[in-house]
Amino acid sequence: MFKHILLILSLSVLSIFTAYSQHDESHENHGAKTEEHVEEKFNMGEMIMHHITDEHGWEFTHSLKLPLPVILISEGKLAVFSSARFDENKGVYNGFKLDHHHIYKVNEAGEVDHHTKVWDLSITKNVASLLLSTVILLSIFFAVAKGYTTNKGKAPKGIQSFFEPVIVFIKDEVVKPNVGPKYQRYLPYLLTLFFFILVNNLMGLLPGAANLTGNITVTLVLAFLTFIIVHFSANKHYWLHLVAPTGVPPVMYPLFWIIEFIGVLMKPASLCIRLFANITGGHIIILSLLGLIFVFKSFVIGAGVGVFTLFMSGIEIMVAFIQAFIFTLLTSMYIGSAIEEHHEADHGH
Amino acid sequence: MELLLPSPGLLLWQIVVFLSLFLILKKYAWKGIIGALQEREGEIDSALRMAEETRAEMAKLKADNEKLIAEARIERDKIIKEAKEAADRMLVEAKDKASSESAKILNDSREALKQERAAMIAQVKSDVAVLSIEIAEKVLRKELSDKKSQQSLVSELMSDAKLN
Repeated sequence: MFKHILLILSLSVLSIFTAYSQHDESHENHGAKTEEHVEEKFNMGEMIMHHITDEHGWEFTHSLKLPLPVILISEGKLAVFSSARFDENKGVYNGFKLDHHHIYKVNEAGEVDHHTKVWDLSITKNVASLLLSTVILLSIFFAVAKGYTTNKGKAPKGIQSFFEPVIVFIKDEVVKPNVGPKYQRYLPYLLTLFFFILVNNLMGLLPGAANLTGNITVTLVLAFLTFIIVHFSANKHYWLHLVAPTGVPPVMYPLFWIIEFIGVLMKPASLCIRLFANITGGHIIILSLLGLIFVFKSFVIGAGVGVFTLFMSGIEIMVAFIQAFIFTLLTSMYIGSAIEEHHEADHGH
Repeated sequence: MELLLPSPGLLLWQIVVFLSLFLILKKYAWKGIIGALQEREGEIDSALRMAEETRAEMAKLKADNEKLIAEARIERDKIIKEAKEAADRMLVEAKDKASSESAKILNDSREALKQERAAMIAQVKSDVAVLSIEIAEKVLRKELSDKKSQQSLVSELMSDAKLN
């Protein structure tokens, strides 16, 4: 099973090269057809941004784009159509204009109306990837859970035995020691969190895939949920520690309130930015390395970069695991510190 | 900059989808998985505890057995010792009895022999007396044909009788 996954991952890393060579080819063909004299210049920054940001429709390579539903709410009206309509009509369709991944309302003359708010609830590339990862997670863990009912009282088998050590590791090494005796209550959420981040980190490494866990919105939601869970389960010691830290003269309290307030917000903010920056950073490094091939157009550099990219991809797979682990670990620690029972005197910071 | 700005559409989808994923997994997957894992942990724990208890019981049984064997050995030694003592005592008694019996028998027979001899001697004495009287009568009858010889004989007999 593990060998299988390794094989799939290494194949996917290899296929990045193929995907990019196609990319380049179609770029050139396109350039040759429309503007015969001006050769289209390769813009690395644009290419990287295109790959790490969200988009309407899922573009695997230049000529292969999966249209996704666009869902818009504007002036109390719902509009649903395929993202292919924008591509066919140069970004303007049905009174809406798609400009740099943002959708604006346009009037009859084709002028953008910035005053009318458009709520964009489209199934973008990231949302599609989110739904796909949900389907993957559900099928994996339904299969695992089924294994426990069919192999009841027997040794685990198949997918069940592949995931069991990971589940047990998260349960016994991450959640139990950090959350404390009441860990059972938080275990389902923390397991979901770990596998959600892990699966999406790994999916993001596949060629042509979305950069879901490297999207600030997604990491913000995950960090916000951690914040909510921590503060909704926090006990009186936690709040008392924030409001009236022991060993501090009451005159100093306002200063401590400011510090504690920043601290409380910094914890989820660091979670949010750490995951976003690690995953996006990894993608930028790999894309920049591969971009070098198209900048230099040299076999020697291409080969060197290829080897280095393979190495970086290996590191990124490791980072995918480490970041999922760290997010879960820190969330466990924050919950643990909020629900911890203090038997001895607290010495403050 | 676009990278750092959250988009409301994805925000909503992420919250809805992630929370639904959590609730579905919690109800249909984690509950069963965690339950089964805990059950198995409990089973392993109880099996290990049982093995430990069995081992302790075995050790206790072994100790008991050894104690029993030791006790039996002591008992056996005691019985053997007692039997030996009894046998010795009996032997000594038998010996004593036998020696006293033999002494008695010897005594009795000695006594009987004494009496027998006394009786025999008395008998012999009387027989000798009778015989000598008869001999003397016969001799006297033959010898006492003349006076002189009678006289010498008497004196000879007298001197002999004194010797007796």
